Amino acid sequence: MKALRNYLDKIKPQFEKGGKLEKLHSTFEAFETFLFVPDKVTFKGSHIRDSFDMKRAMIVVVVALIPALLFGMWNTGYWHFKSLGETVGFWDMFFYGFLKILPIIVVSYVVGLGIEFAFAQHRGHEVNEGYLVSGMLIPLIVPADIPLWMLAIAVVFAVVIGKEVFGGTGMNILNPALTARAFLFFAYPQDMSGDKVWIAEKADAFSGATPLGNALVGNFDNFPSVHDLFFGFVPGSVGETSTIAILIGAAILLFTGIASWRVMFSVFAGGYIMGLIFNFFGANAYMELPAYYHLIMGGFAFGAVFMATDPVTASQTNRGKYIYGFLIGFMAVIIRVVNPAYPEGMMLAILLMNVFAPLIDHYVVESNIKRRLKRIKVKA
Amino acid sequence: MSEAVKQKEPLFSPKNKKLIFNPLSKENPITVQVLGICSALAVTAKLEPAFVMSVSVMAVLAAANVIISMLRNTIPSRIRIIVQLVIVAALVILVDQVLKAFAYDVSKQLSVFVGLIITNCILMGRLEAFAMGNKPWPAFLDGIGNAMGYAWILITIAFVRELFGSGTIWNYPVMENLGLYDIGYKNNGFMILPPMALIVVGIIIWIQRSRDKELVEEK
Repeated sequence: MKALRNYLDKIKPQFEKGGKLEKLHSTFEAFETFLFVPDKVTFKGSHIRDSFDMKRAMIVVVVALIPALLFGMWNTGYWHFKSLGETVGFWDMFFYGFLKILPIIVVSYVVGLGIEFAFAQHRGHEVNEGYLVSGMLIPLIVPADIPLWMLAIAVVFAVVIGKEVFGGTGMNILNPALTARAFLFFAYPQDMSGDKVWIAEKADAFSGATPLGNALVGNFDNFPSVHDLFFGFVPGSVGETSTIAILIGAAILLFTGIASWRVMFSVFAGGYIMGLIFNFFGANAYMELPAYYHLIMGGFAFGAVFMATDPVTASQTNRGKYIYGFLIGFMAVIIRVVNPAYPEGMMLAILLMNVFAPLIDHYVVESNIKRRLKRIKVKA
Repeated sequence: MSEAVKQKEPLFSPKNKKLIFNPLSKENPITVQVLGICSALAVTAKLEPAFVMSVSVMAVLAAANVIISMLRNTIPSRIRIIVQLVIVAALVILVDQVLKAFAYDVSKQLSVFVGLIITNCILMGRLEAFAMGNKPWPAFLDGIGNAMGYAWILITIAFVRELFGSGTIWNYPVMENLGLYDIGYKNNGFMILPPMALIVVGIIIWIQRSRDKELVEEK
C-alpha cells in the first residue's frame, strides 16, 4: 500500500496543471481516488468531511448486488444442465454460469467506463463514479444468452443518450441501466423476450418460458411454487430470479443507509395493493393469482430494491418518495396483467415514474409551502 | 413611390444567397426552429418516402411563398391565415394528385402525411414571417432554402433509420450483401419506431450546437 501511495505521489506532478500528461488528469484522478480516500479539504462553509464519498457509496451498492450475481451464475448453469437433462455437481453449474456471465460483465464495464472516461477527458471534469453501479446492474437484468455486441450497443446508447447528453452522473433523468434494457427490449425483441432466450444454450424441446411469460398467456400448469419463486429456481434475467438474494442486498443497502426504505417499502406496497385489486375483480386466471406472487415473480423485487431506489432518478422529497414508489409498484402490476405485449412491467413502470419524479417533487414542495403559508395567515 | 430610384438588385446578391443557405444550418427549420417535427417522425423510416416528402414540401413551399408574396398587398390582414391556408391546401391537393398518378406506391406509404403538409408548421411559419413581407423572388428563394433545410435533415434521419433499422439503403440490401447477417448481426427494431427519429434529431442538434456555439441559449 505504502509503495503504491509513493508511486502515485511520484507520478502525480505529471498530471497536474502544466505537467506533460495534463490532458489525462481526470483519468489519473479517477484511479487515485479509486485506490485511496481523497485528501481534499474544504476552505469555507462546513469543515467536516466524511471520507464516505460517492465512489464508496457506489461500491457498497456493488457489494449489495453480489448475492444476486452469485445466485444468477449458479442459476444459469442449473437451467442449462436441466434443459439438457444432465445432472452435474454444484460447482459445475456455478462454473458454467460464471463463464457465461463474466464476458457480459467485462463488456458492460469496458464499454461503459470507456465512454465515461472519454467524456470526462473531453469535458475536463473528474470521472464520475456512477457507472460503477450501472455496469454491474446491466449484466444482471439481461438474459445470460445475450449476444455481446448487442449489449455493447445498448451500453453505448444508455451512457451517451441516457446520461452524458444530460450532463453526466447525477444529471440523468432516466436510470441508465434500465435505459440500456429498454433499448434492448425495443431494438431486439426476439432476443429479449419469449421462451427461447432465458436459458443459455438450452435443448430445443425444453420450454424456457419465464413464469411471467407463462402467466401472460394464461398457462398456469406447473406454475412454480412460492418456494421456487422466492429462492429463484426459475428461468429469467441473470440477477432477478432470487428474491432472497435480492433481500440480502436490500438489507445491506438499508443498513448502510444508501437506499431509501420509503421507496422500497412503497414499491412493494403498491404492487401488493394492485395485486389485491386484481384479485377482487378476478376476471381471469392471471388476475386471480395471489397478490404476493407479483412481489416475488420476475424483476419486481430487483427493480424495487436496486432500480427504483436510484437516488438520482427517484423523487427527492420524503412524501414524494412514497408516491413515486407506490405508483411504480402499482403500474408494474397493471402492465403485467393487463397489457398483452409486455410480460414484465417493472422496467416500463420505473422509467415512467423516473420521468414523473421531478413533477411529484414539485407538487410536494408546493403543497408544503402552501400549508405553511396558511399557518402564518391563521396566526395573523 | 420611389421604387424606380432604387438600384436594381442582382438575382443572387449576398442577401439572397443568405436566404437559401442560412436555413441549411443556422436557421434550420427542424434543428433550430424545431418546426415540422411531426413529419420528420412519420416519414423517415425509409429513404424513399423521406425523399418524396421533401420534394413535395419543397414544391408546395416555394409555390405558396411566391403566390402569397404576390398577393401580399391585397390580402386583408384579418383573414390572411385563411387565405394562406386555401392556397396551401390547393397546392397540396395538386401535389397529392401528381404523386398518386406517377408514384402510387410511395404515395400510399406516405398516406395522410402528404395531406398533412397543409398543417406543417414550416409552411405557415414561412408564409407569415417571410412571404407576407417580401417580394416574390426573395420569397421563392426563401421557400427553396427552408425546404432544403428540412430536406437534408429528413434524409439524414431516414438514412440512419433505414440503414440500421431495415439494413437497406434505398431498398438496396446493404447489410445482407456485406454478409453481416451471417455473423449474427440483427436489425435494430428500435430504429423503425418513431421515438428513434426524435433521438436522431436530438443527436443532430447536439452536434450542430457543439460546433456552432452561437446557437446555445444563455441560461
